[in-house]
Amino acid sequence: MIEVRNLSVDLGEFVLKDITVTINEGEYFIILGPTGAGKTVLLESIAGLYPIKSGQIWLRGKEVTGVEPERRRISIVYQDHVLFPHISVKDNIVFGLRMNKTTAEEQEDRLNWVAGLLGIASLLHRRPDTLSGGEKQKVALGRAIVTRPELLLVDEPLSALDPETRENVQQELRQLHRALGITTVHVTHDFEEAIALGNRIAVIGEGRLMQVGTPEEVFRQPNSEFVARFAMARNIFLGKAERRPNGDTVFKIDGTDFIVAANVDGPHHASIRPEDILISSEPIRSSARNCFPGTITHVIDRGSTLYVTVSIPPDLSCLVTRHSFEEMGLHEGRRVYVTFKASSIHLFD
Amino acid sequence: MWNTEGNVTFTEFIRRNRLTVTFILLGLVIFLFVVVPLLKMVVSSVAEARILWQTILDSEVTTAIGLTLLTALIATVVGFLLGVPLAYLLARHNFYGKRLVEGLIDVPIVVPHTAAGIALLFVFGRRFLLGRAFETIGVTFVDSLAGIVIAMLFVSIPFLIDSAKEGFKKVDVRLEKVARTLGASPWQTFIRVSFPLAWRSILAGNIMMWARGISEFGAVIILAYHPMIAPVLVYERFETYGLDYARPVAVLLILVSVLAFIVLRTLAYRGDRS
Repeated sequence: MIEVRNLSVDLGEFVLKDITVTINEGEYFIILGPTGAGKTVLLESIAGLYPIKSGQIWLRGKEVTGVEPERRRISIVYQDHVLFPHISVKDNIVFGLRMNKTTAEEQEDRLNWVAGLLGIASLLHRRPDTLSGGEKQKVALGRAIVTRPELLLVDEPLSALDPETRENVQQELRQLHRALGITTVHVTHDFEEAIALGNRIAVIGEGRLMQVGTPEEVFRQPNSEFVARFAMARNIFLGKAERRPNGDTVFKIDGTDFIVAANVDGPHHASIRPEDILISSEPIRSSARNCFPGTITHVIDRGSTLYVTVSIPPDLSCLVTRHSFEEMGLHEGRRVYVTFKASSIHLFD
Repeated sequence: MWNTEGNVTFTEFIRRNRLTVTFILLGLVIFLFVVVPLLKMVVSSVAEARILWQTILDSEVTTAIGLTLLTALIATVVGFLLGVPLAYLLARHNFYGKRLVEGLIDVPIVVPHTAAGIALLFVFGRRFLLGRAFETIGVTFVDSLAGIVIAMLFVSIPFLIDSAKEGFKKVDVRLEKVARTLGASPWQTFIRVSFPLAWRSILAGNIMMWARGISEFGAVIILAYHPMIAPVLVYERFETYGLDYARPVAVLLILVSVLAFIVLRTLAYRGDRS
């Protein structure tokens, strides 16, 4: 278990302020935030590579705040691999073992173990500059885990890779984590990556920790506009909630009353995930309380899926598959009905 | 580089490649300016091979050349031991007054070397601070090997520090960070990662420093006229006996230093490619 308590880091132009987060043993923890949010610095602070202004870091019940990086047993993998260019793949991997004075026998054993685990046995005698991006990433991972660290930090491990390799390395990361159960903190700006890999996600932005939760929680119930926008919830509105005498709560956006499943009133933000909205040619009779006619004003083609904007008003972005888009013959200007549950509208401050 | 599309006349060819042709002509002027005097002296001396051979047998000359190579080497080793750490600090840390330090390090390049010699005398001379301190342990800098070494060190150290600094700057800081997380102490990180990766630049700086040391005259002659290094010997023979006596010594000095420089450059280049 790792605990970051009230961590503040001075980054020159901006600061990371008062970050407090607990990462459970064996967890795959994602730190999600836009580029330039200080994610890398946060990782480096945890590893002891970046001087912190204040705060504490605890690793398995021991405070390591002032401990040198070489004594923390925390490994880091950077986005662009950062392999030692002057030595072979093998020497890269056993570097940490040599530093820790492991016996030659044990070095050999662990090298073979890692090479087998990652499928890089054939690369051991190559030079780093002769490897492909995916191969380099595996070697960097191997070098990091061969010392059996208590915590593995990975910094945007998939960003520098082409889409196909990215898929592979993502699989690799998931399997590696499953096989070794090593506590992992993974930094990314990609929400889909976060959902695919993370047990829990921490969103950072504007120098602060905005929200921590399971992917589901962050995805469905963003606690701020920042998180919501970052979570790619395209439908984010500012409106006013009102309790009705019949017990319903309605949320007014652009003159339209939406029924919501929350007992609040006053101004709020609301978000509706595009995939929670159903498009139909006729009104649907169902338990979903919100059903409105509207006009398709815009279509964004994403290949197998499309974002269709329906103006009620307000404008709602709806996600449909190519199959249903074509089957229904949707196009700009067409009159349709949108339907969604009251509970699909998430209200936040 | 050459624009030779189609079948063109010579004038047309020149017209199309005006910039390259102009630069070649200008470059040729400066190249010949450097090469012709050296070549002419060497060639005309080789024609009088007997005199050159006598010079090689002249023990005063060989001693002077040997002393030059040796003192330049000692200066380079001292410069390496003291200069590389400073270069690393300058490459890795930002501190108040860093620009000033960097500027001061380069001052020996612009100071006239006779003036540099006088400045050194004011610190290392018998009547002064360090000179007296060293004298108690039996080291004097006036008219001694140690004097030659510090004169060479003073004028050539900027080359090493600048080159090593650039070399360290090119080493990704994160390589050092990764090494630390893998259990390497700061010393181990420096020895295993930073130094080997900057080694090419450090070596190049050392070669430059050694070459600069060999060619030093002004600062050395102020501190140590004796024992006589080769540049001083050339000067003395020229002053006392005239051009004909100075020339064979000068030729020999040129040949030896060019040869040494070529050998070192080749070694460094080969290392670079492996």
